[in-house]
Amino acid sequence: MTKIKSLDDLRQKKQQLEQSMDIREKSDHPENLVQIKVAMATCGIASGARTVMNALVEKIKKENIPAVVTQTGCMGYCYAEPTVEVTKPGFDPVVFSYVDVKKAEEIVDKYILNNELIDGILPANYQTI
Amino acid sequence: MQLLVCGGTGCRASASATIVEKLNESLKAHQLTEEAQVVTTGCFGFCEKGPIVKVIPDNTFYTQVKPEDAEEIVAEHILKGRKVSRLLYENPENQEHIADSRHMGFYQKQMRIALRNCGVIDPENIDEYIGRDGYSALAQVVTDLTPEQAIAMVKQSGLRGRGGAGFPTGLKWEITSKFSSDQKYVVCNADEGDPGAFMDRSILEGDPNSIIEAMAICGYCIGATKGLVYIRAEYPLAIKRLEIAIAQAREYGLLGDNIFGSKFSFDMELRYGAGAFVCGEETALIASMEGKRGEPRVKPPFPAESGYMQKPTNVNNVETFANVPVIFLKGPEWYSSIGTEKSKGTKVFALAGKINNVGLIEVPMGITLREIIYEIGGGIKNGKKFKAVQTGGPSGGCLTEAHLDTPIDFDSLVAAGSMMGSGGMIVMDEDDCMVSIAKFYLEFIVEESCGKCTPCRIGNKRMLEILEKITQGKGNMEDLDHLRNLAYVIKDTSLCGLGQSSPNPVLSTLENFYDEYVAHVKDKRCFAKKCKALARYTIDPDVCTGCTICARNCPVEAITGEKREPHFIHQEICIHCGVCYQKCKFNAINVE
Repeated sequence: MTKIKSLDDLRQKKQQLEQSMDIREKSDHPENLVQIKVAMATCGIASGARTVMNALVEKIKKENIPAVVTQTGCMGYCYAEPTVEVTKPGFDPVVFSYVDVKKAEEIVDKYILNNELIDGILPANYQTI
Repeated sequence: MQLLVCGGTGCRASASATIVEKLNESLKAHQLTEEAQVVTTGCFGFCEKGPIVKVIPDNTFYTQVKPEDAEEIVAEHILKGRKVSRLLYENPENQEHIADSRHMGFYQKQMRIALRNCGVIDPENIDEYIGRDGYSALAQVVTDLTPEQAIAMVKQSGLRGRGGAGFPTGLKWEITSKFSSDQKYVVCNADEGDPGAFMDRSILEGDPNSIIEAMAICGYCIGATKGLVYIRAEYPLAIKRLEIAIAQAREYGLLGDNIFGSKFSFDMELRYGAGAFVCGEETALIASMEGKRGEPRVKPPFPAESGYMQKPTNVNNVETFANVPVIFLKGPEWYSSIGTEKSKGTKVFALAGKINNVGLIEVPMGITLREIIYEIGGGIKNGKKFKAVQTGGPSGGCLTEAHLDTPIDFDSLVAAGSMMGSGGMIVMDEDDCMVSIAKFYLEFIVEESCGKCTPCRIGNKRMLEILEKITQGKGNMEDLDHLRNLAYVIKDTSLCGLGQSSPNPVLSTLENFYDEYVAHVKDKRCFAKKCKALARYTIDPDVCTGCTICARNCPVEAITGEKREPHFIHQEICIHCGVCYQKCKFNAINVE
C-alpha cells in the first residue's frame, strides 16, 4: 500500500474510492437524483435488459450524472421490452420502450442532459400509490 | 448492486458469516459476480430481526435471513428483480410488508451520527471508510488548525461525554492540553459494563476507523503521541476489527510519524480489561491499565493532570470519540443545531427488555421516551401494558408512564431521578415486579463493587439483604425507611461514581413504585407474581379432578383430598415452592 502523505493524497484516494461508496450514499436520498429504473423481469432480461442496464451505469459514470440506476420488476409493457423508466427530480416519470445500448445512450444524452424527448415513449397508463 | 450483510456480533451468532458464503456461491453460480458484490458491514441496529441483508441501491431490507435463503435472494431479487416478500419486514400495525428500510418506523425517527457508518461500510477495509470522508477531519485538523482552534471547535459543538456523566468534551481536552509533560496519553474507554448495553461494541465492530481518527485528533489537540484503547476481553470481534483497522491505518501512514506531512506523530495500542464494571470509572481504568488492581482513587488529581503512568491523560468513551470527526466535517454549528439547549447531538441507546424492536438506535437529544418506545421500539411485546423503563444501567433509575413525555437529555433524566448513563434502556411491562428489579440491579452492584470503600462494599450488601427480606414477605414498614436512609448515606459517602450512583435503582423505584413496596411489606402480596414467597397457591374445586398428583409431589404434605374429589392446599403449611402448579395437568391451581 502507498502511504498517504498529505491532504491531497487523501483526496485523491477518496476520489478513487468514491464510486463504490457512492451507490450507498445515494441510496439514502434518491429523491434528489435522477432515478433510472430498468425493468428486469424475465421478459426484460430475455430481451437484453441486463446489457442495457450495464450500458446505462457506464454512461452515467462517464458523464458524471447524479443518478441512481436500479432494476425493477415487470412494468407490464412486455411487448416493448427492454423498457426503462426515468424520473428526473421535479418531473413525472417517463417510460422509454425498445431500449438497446444505442438508445440508452441517447436517453442520457438527449432526455436526461437536455430535456429533449425522443421516440418510443410509452404513455403512462397507470398510477402508482 | 451491492448486498450488505450485517457482521455484528448478534447477526454473526445467527450465522451471517455463512450467509455471506452462500450469497457469494449463488452469485457465482448465476454468473452475477460482476454486477453484484457482497459486503460485510457493522450492526444495522435492528437486532430483533437479525440477520439482516440489505440490497442497494433499492434499499430492500431483508430480515431474519437464513443461509438457505441466500439462493432465493440471488435468483429472485438479483437475477429477476423480484423482491422476496416473505423475508421483508412486516409492519406490526397492519401486517403489511415494508421493503424500504427508510419507511420502517424503527429508522424513521433515528438520526445516525455516531453510527453513521455502521451497516454501511465494510469495517475490515479502511478504503471504505476513506471513501466516506474518513480521515478528512484528521487531515484538516493537523494541516490547517492549531490545537487551540480545534479544541475551540469541539467546545463550540457542545459535545458532552457519552459515557454517563456528560462532562463537556472540549473542556476536558482543554484542561488536559494545559498540563505540560514529556508524554501525554489519549485513552479510549471501551469497557462497556452496563447490563444490556452494547453501543460501544457495535461502533467498534462497525466503524473502528472513526475511533482511531478521533483519538488522533484528540492527541493533536492535547499534545499526546500515544493512544490506548481499554477494551474488555469479552469483545473478541471488536478487538479483531480494531486491530485490523490499526494495522491498515499504519500501512497508509495515517498512524505513525509525521501524519499528513505535519510534525504530528501518533500511534496507538490496545489494552485488555477482564470485564470488571468498576473499571469503567476512569481512575480504576487507569489503574487496571497499569497492571494494578482495578480500584478507583480519590480525585483530585484528575487524570488530566496525573493519569496513566502519572502522566496527563485524557479519557473519553467510544461513542464520544465516534462523534468527533463529524464535528470537523460538518462544522460545530451544524452539530450544535441538533439536540436540546444543554445536550447537543444524538445519543445511541440499546433497546432491550419487553419491547418489540430490540436493537440499537441513535436519536437526537430531546426526543421523548414515548417516541422511542412506541414509534421506534414498536411498543410493548404481546400487547401488554407499559410499566417502567430503566435507563442508565445499574447507576440509573426506573422511569414511569408519567415520564413518557419528558424530552430525553442529560439534565432532564437526572431531574427525573435517573441518568443517561452509557445508554442502556430496558423496558418493563406489567409482569415485572419493581422490587425484584431493584434487587437484580443491587445484586449486580454487590457483585461488582471493588470493595475499596465501606459504604459501597457493606452498605449495598445491607440494602440487598433488606430487599431480600421484603421479597420473601418478611419485611416491615421500618425497613422501607431504613432502605432510604442507607441509600442516601451510600450516595453521599462513596468514593467513586459507581458507589455514588449505586442506590439509584432502589431510590427511583421507592419513589415511583412506593405502593408496590407497601404491598410487599404490608399485604405480603406481589402483583406481578414474581416473588415466589408471596404467591398464594389455591386449587379451583371446579377444575380439580382429584388425580392426586399435586398431593403426591408436595414436599411438605400441604395438600389433602380424597381420590377423584377436589383437593385443598393448607396455606399455613405451604412453602410456595410451586411444584403443584408445575405438576397439575388440568390447570386447576391458581396463583395470586
